[in-house]
Amino acid sequence: MNDVLNFKKALQNKYAKQKVYINSAYCSILISYDTTINNIYDRISDIKRQYSKEFGHDKSTYNLWRIPVCYDDYFALDLDELSEVKKCDKSEIIRRHCEAVYTVYFIGFLPGFLYLGGLHKNLHMPRKAKPRLNLLGGAVGIGGQQTGIYPHDGPGGWNIIGNSPVDLFKADQDKPCFAKAGDRVQFYKVTLEEHQKIKALEATGFYKLESEVIDD
Amino acid sequence: MIKVLKTGLYSSIQDLGRPEFQIYGVPVSGVMDAYSAKMANILLGNNATDAVLEMTMTGAVLQFKANTLLSISGANLNPKLNDSAIRMHTVISANTDDILTFGQTTKGLRSYLAVAGGFQTKVIMGSRSMCRSVTAQTTLKLNDELKIVEYNPYETGKNASVKFNNDHFESSRIDVFEGPEFDALNHDQKEKLLNSEFSISKENNRMAYQLEQVLENKLEPIITSSVLPGTVQLTPSGKLIILMRDAQTTGGYPRILQLKETALNVLSQKYTGDNLKFNLIPYQ
Repeated sequence: MNDVLNFKKALQNKYAKQKVYINSAYCSILISYDTTINNIYDRISDIKRQYSKEFGHDKSTYNLWRIPVCYDDYFALDLDELSEVKKCDKSEIIRRHCEAVYTVYFIGFLPGFLYLGGLHKNLHMPRKAKPRLNLLGGAVGIGGQQTGIYPHDGPGGWNIIGNSPVDLFKADQDKPCFAKAGDRVQFYKVTLEEHQKIKALEATGFYKLESEVIDD
Repeated sequence: MIKVLKTGLYSSIQDLGRPEFQIYGVPVSGVMDAYSAKMANILLGNNATDAVLEMTMTGAVLQFKANTLLSISGANLNPKLNDSAIRMHTVISANTDDILTFGQTTKGLRSYLAVAGGFQTKVIMGSRSMCRSVTAQTTLKLNDELKIVEYNPYETGKNASVKFNNDHFESSRIDVFEGPEFDALNHDQKEKLLNSEFSISKENNRMAYQLEQVLENKLEPIITSSVLPGTVQLTPSGKLIILMRDAQTTGGYPRILQLKETALNVLSQKYTGDNLKFNLIPYQ
């Protein structure tokens, strides 16, 4: 993970003066050029050479975001089932889900969908055999070894354990998602009333997510 | 302003998309056939990045509420201005209340209408491209009013047109590079992939084109990685999926080929039942 992000940073420095878009995933980097490349294979070996060299381990700053989640039965469609399968109290599942500090590996799949690593082993749960067609935006789910938040209403096959009132994707803003690859995320439990309050505040644009800067 | 009297099958405002927002999981989007769209823009002296109207298979009916110049490129949807046929790939002047009609395609799939100065619809994340889950609207709606700039040309009667290369519609050759997982294929699979003719299934849209024929394989899924328009994915059931401009930004299927940018434009003019053959650009 750090290797990918450090190399991404080195490439961003290398291409600082060109129109180039660099994106990363778990263990890969995508470089999109705005211009035509005469010989793609030369360029690939050039980048491979760059990778074999020492590249800077710049101190990057990342944020830890605290994201409210309501685990009330009203939202938690699959929490009972998870509790049964895992032979674990619902409150214990919620505690474990909130205890972990997750790493944002990258954003993909849907606009604003964070790929989070670090889910407690006892909470791993296979995706549902039949995806639901209409999940509510903000649905917090567990799919295999991952946990995440669905940014919009839509279909989804993960086990839903709650809902976050936070808007993960604001299309009308220059920075449409607050998080970036390398940031951390921690969930905290809110009541149904608090969820509604935050949701209303978020709609007016005045809600500010709690965060702190962390050194990596 | 231009008023939409009929939307056509699938019409949307597009420019060159928003590649810099892939880091937020946002599809690149933008015109499917960048060659034709740029042609329409360049004829008018517009910037290549100006927004155009992309129409698919069946065109729209539009009423001008301002004077402007227009040009049409890409698929021929038999355009008419006030009931008289007009030429493609040239500059035409349109006046307030003129009605521009498009019909069925006779050649190609996607047609592009450019107006002087480009369509002035809302910019979201640096682009006017309509895209599901990014912009409020995915396609044109009846009675939409599309903003344009008023343009009164000093001289009219320009008669020049450019010759459009018909290979763009007729060629079945799709230029590709090896994808990151190309070498996970065995010799026979590579042979079959590069030497067979494939046809486009009915599952084809702005997100992806699926091919009819299957390529049997036992490849493992990959760890979720970046994909982009032109990436060819191979599913466990052997389906070949060519990602197009509105594709999601990451995927877990092996990426066996990557289309050259120009091949994406060629493919965008093909539809259900059309044939194609991959042409690998060799490693030198």
